[in-house]
Amino acid sequence: MIVATRKPFTEIKDLVSGHRKILIVGCGTCVSVCLAGGEIEVSILASQLRIALGLEGDDVQIDEAIVERQCNREFLVLLGKKKNMTDYDVIVSMACGAGVQLLGDVYDQKPVVPALNTVFIGIEEGPGIWAERCQSCGNCVLGETGDICPITMCPKGLLNGPCSGSRHGRCEVNPEIECAWVKIYDRLAARGDLERISKVLPPRKNSRRAHPAVATHEAYKRRFVKDEKIV
Amino acid sequence: MEQQTAQPEMTVIGGVDEIVEEFQPKIEAMICTYCTYAAADLAGSQRLQYPPTVKIVKYPCTGRISVAHILKAFELGADAVLVGGCEVGTCHFIEGNLRATERVAYAKKLLEETGLGGDRLEMFYISASDSHGFVNAVNEMTDRAKKMGPNFLGQARG
Repeated sequence: MIVATRKPFTEIKDLVSGHRKILIVGCGTCVSVCLAGGEIEVSILASQLRIALGLEGDDVQIDEAIVERQCNREFLVLLGKKKNMTDYDVIVSMACGAGVQLLGDVYDQKPVVPALNTVFIGIEEGPGIWAERCQSCGNCVLGETGDICPITMCPKGLLNGPCSGSRHGRCEVNPEIECAWVKIYDRLAARGDLERISKVLPPRKNSRRAHPAVATHEAYKRRFVKDEKIV
Repeated sequence: MEQQTAQPEMTVIGGVDEIVEEFQPKIEAMICTYCTYAAADLAGSQRLQYPPTVKIVKYPCTGRISVAHILKAFELGADAVLVGGCEVGTCHFIEGNLRATERVAYAKKLLEETGLGGDRLEMFYISASDSHGFVNAVNEMTDRAKKMGPNFLGQARG
């Protein structure tokens, strides 16, 4: 899932200062699971802003809303049916960067400001702690590397390792980090699949990282590609 | 049924013309049904005296208390909030009170950020037999609220 953390309160407060009617919109998917922008976090931020702005004597109205996924246009259109979006002076999005931008696209007459910093694609290591596992490089090599991503888990992102900086299973960049390539070796060895590590992986195709990337499903291509005809 | 509202305590300072209403804080006690609520009940049975500033909200376990609940109480005008759970190691749900401890610490930080002050919130560990512990907790939070002054958000709402 996409992992995000909440921005410092003072930064959010500065972003909404001067506005009287504020709508805070949470997202029910990734950022809900990583306790950054779900229903409870929306309620917490709303309370904090009501207290802080109330103590300063500002007469503000702060409303709360949550959509299933802010990165889907359909859910944002539904939001417009539940809330009168023209009522608000500013919309605070508690979604990842993608959600903030789509909310801004759908309601482009209103300033949409982010309340979160999107940090990475990762997994939950335990309650309250998340760790990065994928850089969405567009060229997955996990099948060759024992399901351990060298791009993410190796600070150097080496496709063929370990490098000479590996010391007793630790990384020279940060001795607290385990060497990803030693972990890959150990896992492949345990699976009896060690011949994979002797395979040299070709240099990364960095062109696939061209931004902004677009992914099209094969079955839907004709809708988006001009010379693709169904009949 | 018509509700009776408590009259504020009157203190005479200087002369008859200067009658000042003493600030009576509103304190919300979010307490667990197994330990602190039993202690509060026992305090009543023992006729222990404590300020009439406290309103009790009973939870099945302090582990159920969300940071959002605590902030909502302040938003609606509470001058202080006390969270009362079982003593460490005696929670009926093993570690609900430890979770509450983490959340209260986080909520204190959030309150500090708003400018209201983190000291308006505190976690207490009060066993079912510790009626004096409950009384002390109420007194402590009443003193703190009086020292820090009223939460003006409550005044705006009357």
